[in-house]
Amino acid sequence: MAWYTEPTVEKKTTQKKLWVKCKKCNSHIYESEWIENLNVCPNCNYHGSITSYERINLIFDENSFVELFDNISPKDSLKFNDLKGSYKDKYETAIKKTGISESVVTGYGKINGIPAVVAVMDFRFLGGSLGSGTGEKILQASNYAYDNNLPYIVFSASGGARMQEGALSLMQMAKTCAGVARLNKKNIPYISVLTNPTTGGVSASFAMMGDVNIAEPGALIAFAGRRVIEQTIGEKLPDDFQTSEYLQDHGFVDSIVDRKDMKNYLSNILSYYNR
Amino acid sequence: MGLSDKSVMELEDVALKEKKKSKKEQLPWDVVQISRHPNRPILQDYLSRVFDNFIEFHGDRFFSDDKAMIGGFARIGNQKVMLIGHNKGKNTVENIERNFGMAKPDGYRKALRLMKLAERFNVPIVTFIDTPGAFPGLEAEERGQAEAIAKNLTEMASIEVPIVCLVIGEGGSGGALGIGVGDRILMLSNSIYSVISPEGCASILWRDAKFAPDAAAAMNITAKALHHHGVIDEIIKEPGEGAHSDYETTARDVKEAIIKNLKSLSRLSNEELIQKRFEKYSGIGKFSI
Repeated sequence: MAWYTEPTVEKKTTQKKLWVKCKKCNSHIYESEWIENLNVCPNCNYHGSITSYERINLIFDENSFVELFDNISPKDSLKFNDLKGSYKDKYETAIKKTGISESVVTGYGKINGIPAVVAVMDFRFLGGSLGSGTGEKILQASNYAYDNNLPYIVFSASGGARMQEGALSLMQMAKTCAGVARLNKKNIPYISVLTNPTTGGVSASFAMMGDVNIAEPGALIAFAGRRVIEQTIGEKLPDDFQTSEYLQDHGFVDSIVDRKDMKNYLSNILSYYNR
Repeated sequence: MGLSDKSVMELEDVALKEKKKSKKEQLPWDVVQISRHPNRPILQDYLSRVFDNFIEFHGDRFFSDDKAMIGGFARIGNQKVMLIGHNKGKNTVENIERNFGMAKPDGYRKALRLMKLAERFNVPIVTFIDTPGAFPGLEAEERGQAEAIAKNLTEMASIEVPIVCLVIGEGGSGGALGIGVGDRILMLSNSIYSVISPEGCASILWRDAKFAPDAAAAMNITAKALHHHGVIDEIIKEPGEGAHSDYETTARDVKEAIIKNLKSLSRLSNEELIQKRFEKYSGIGKFSI
């Protein structure tokens, strides 16, 4: 199910200056400007990927975020090997490269003074794929929200289930949704924020189950891959197919919110939670 | 011609041993082939052999009646159940009508409607899983394939009647799991359950679908491997060369296993049932701490 593996933004180093080429409009933007604009293209509003901690810093009040369950990391329980080597080597490289131990960072903090529990996926870590450790952290965070009667927010950025864990990764879809079911039962709000990309097994589990579903502009949100569908139906699909805007048109997303407005938008929604 | 009875017996013995040996060395890819065997029994074959008095219900009340997914009340022995399952066909005409057992959102929504109906009538749910996957098509995406499956996973976690799921052929990814959350997960010994098809996995991680046998082995998709990893609870051993070689024995064993599991689940209160189901899924997965 994890079919989305393409990087979305290319960073290029020239001799002196560092610039970024927007994958959507192809314009070249100084990296400093790119970063200042929260990894969003100033030209076409393309929302590039950001790391978990960058997002946490954007959303939570200063020094309010407390990380939880950061002791959880992947395990190669199937001893999975493909052409490019072992799963173990892949996740060890990802841990070194990203400085995080799984494809999601979990914790709690305050958003404009309102407490909330959060899980933020990180696309840099094996394409944000849903492994057993990812599912465990997302479930544990929802349990923390359940036990403390706090609203739960999940930011998704994922190609889907992690193939290297076989059906164990598939079962994380059921596991994370079991956590959502308990929140529903206790009437604890769960907000899902879908960012680029949210596909496969992640879109078909917790990411689509928000009481409120919010998307960043232009994000790819899909169950099946475009190529697979084109092969199935034997025709080309429209350009906006499976984008945030398409999903909103078809009734699956409540609102599309720019990254710079996300914090205030979330705290505004959470301010309606009377408990 | 000069062969004594003894040497014939010895030869037969060797042949039997060889046969057993080759059976033992059955590769995951061989199992994939059996699970997709054209004569492998499908839901319709079990309907007449395992269940009585099937009352089919149609439609999701939103858009259509998906023929890739069927369901309704049925009796199994003395027990009344809600039977829901992927509906593959045996020939081209049937398969086109039933979309090769690949359900659209309408199918998953129909399944959920019937599960709620089971809850209303307080009868346990039995699901038969046999699909290459949820349908990957334009209208499926348009009507929310992802949402439909996600909703089922969430609702099935808290449906207040026992749920027994049985993989009879192909357990294809989210399309299988969409009716596959329950208190007991059973698999026929030559069925498969997988996060992505071996061909799909091979074309991504090996850059070529022809490595599907390698992907099948690497992903641990057989009943035995999944039982070992705690994904499923019980394996129903198939007779002879596989379920396709003996429908009657397969059906008898399937019936026995379902009745046995329903019986043990009937002792639990609703609260215990939901709590245990939550604990079951909380415990699936392997990670480092």
